[in-house]
Amino acid sequence: MSSFKYDNVYIKDYETIAGPEEKKGNLTYQNTIDDYYFGEERIEDAEIKMQNICLTNITKRNKLNNKIDVIVGGDLLNQISITSYNLVNRNIPFLGMYNACATFNESLLTIANMLDKDLIKNGVAITSSHSLNAERQYRFPVEYGSPKKAYTTVTSTGAACCLLTKEKTDIKIESSTIGTVVDYGIKDASNMGAVMAPSAAHTLHNHLKELKRDLNYYDVIVTGDLGKYGSNLFLKLIEEEYNYIPKNYFDASSIMYKENQKMFQGGSGPVVVPLVLFNKLLKEKSNKKILILATGALHSPLMVNLKKSIPAITHAISIEVTL
Amino acid sequence: MNNIKYKKLVDETIPKENRLLNMLIAFISGGTIGLIGTVLYVNLNKSYSSELAISFVLLIFIIAIALLTCMGISDSLFHKLKCGLIIPITGFAHSISASILDYKKEGLINIGSNTFKLAGSVILYGIVSAVIFTLIKVVLNV
Repeated sequence: MSSFKYDNVYIKDYETIAGPEEKKGNLTYQNTIDDYYFGEERIEDAEIKMQNICLTNITKRNKLNNKIDVIVGGDLLNQISITSYNLVNRNIPFLGMYNACATFNESLLTIANMLDKDLIKNGVAITSSHSLNAERQYRFPVEYGSPKKAYTTVTSTGAACCLLTKEKTDIKIESSTIGTVVDYGIKDASNMGAVMAPSAAHTLHNHLKELKRDLNYYDVIVTGDLGKYGSNLFLKLIEEEYNYIPKNYFDASSIMYKENQKMFQGGSGPVVVPLVLFNKLLKEKSNKKILILATGALHSPLMVNLKKSIPAITHAISIEVTL
Repeated sequence: MNNIKYKKLVDETIPKENRLLNMLIAFISGGTIGLIGTVLYVNLNKSYSSELAISFVLLIFIIAIALLTCMGISDSLFHKLKCGLIIPITGFAHSISASILDYKKEGLINIGSNTFKLAGSVILYGIVSAVIFTLIKVVLNV
């Protein structure tokens, strides 16, 4: 069994910050920044600053000084250094996570399990990504104008932080499923949608099977960052393999940007899921039972250069909103 | 669904680029670069020898693209004009200046070792092919 049900795990507070391209897009965010450097000299420092602001705001608002039991999270940069540097001298127990763009769900899942077993009183999930940092690490130099494929996605900029407690609130984490690593032999690092779609289908099926649920149990099913092309592929896959036809489904990354923004198939990165969850799904309040499938491509430039295919993982989190 | 069947599905559904349009863009933009080069050469040739004039034309292109890269304009130009800008010396200059900009905060040694990150293969295989073709020429002449 890799699925868990929780009785009293709630999201108490959250804080998000979004980058310049996201600001121009379809959603309105709690905080935004206007330039990629955010007043810092290096882009890495800008990402640390974004995370820092999120965590500081959460701590201040909930008067959590020295009272956070555990912080779980990660980012895209090598050795999850952004999160580590953000937490220097803060005196908070820290578990570093890396599952690429599924990191946020992985963090929520870990904290929820600890809370459910009464091991901790509260926990904070944190994540961030930065378009230029990811571009530099995974693709080409920032200023290099390489021609991009039409089916590629662009890493989103932003940071998100969320506080989980056992105190009853409107937003409940109801259940979760740990994903498995799935590899269907796609070697093209531009085609992340096709890399991740099968893993999302697997986790969706596992989740429904293990919790003995019907697809229509959920008001809305959201995938993380498959992009427009990847989400079409995902719909085709689940229909062909498991005969699932969701009545209300969208992909988080493909609704973030406007058509004229040249973001190709949409955004990507671990920050996509929290940005859309906190700034769209929980704001609208129209959907009560939400299933979030955060997809992550476990892409390593080294392995791709060695002509190996790219594995992917998807973690599922089910959220219930009462209002 | 197995890997082979999935790959087939991906190949069938993947958004395709308009190759003809890309070729046309590259033809026009590359041709424009050539035209500018020729105009510069003809004018410079009036006061300098032809060898010196060619060197000056190349220098003007390299400096112009390096400046545009530093100003953050080049990357969108390259996105739009595609291979018309990448194939001439402009692409080479752009790859070097973009790499240097990426490592400018990491000290002189890192700048040095990463300058030819993208252009290194052009240099290496340029020299290798020059050696091969020179050998062929020498053998044929004998």
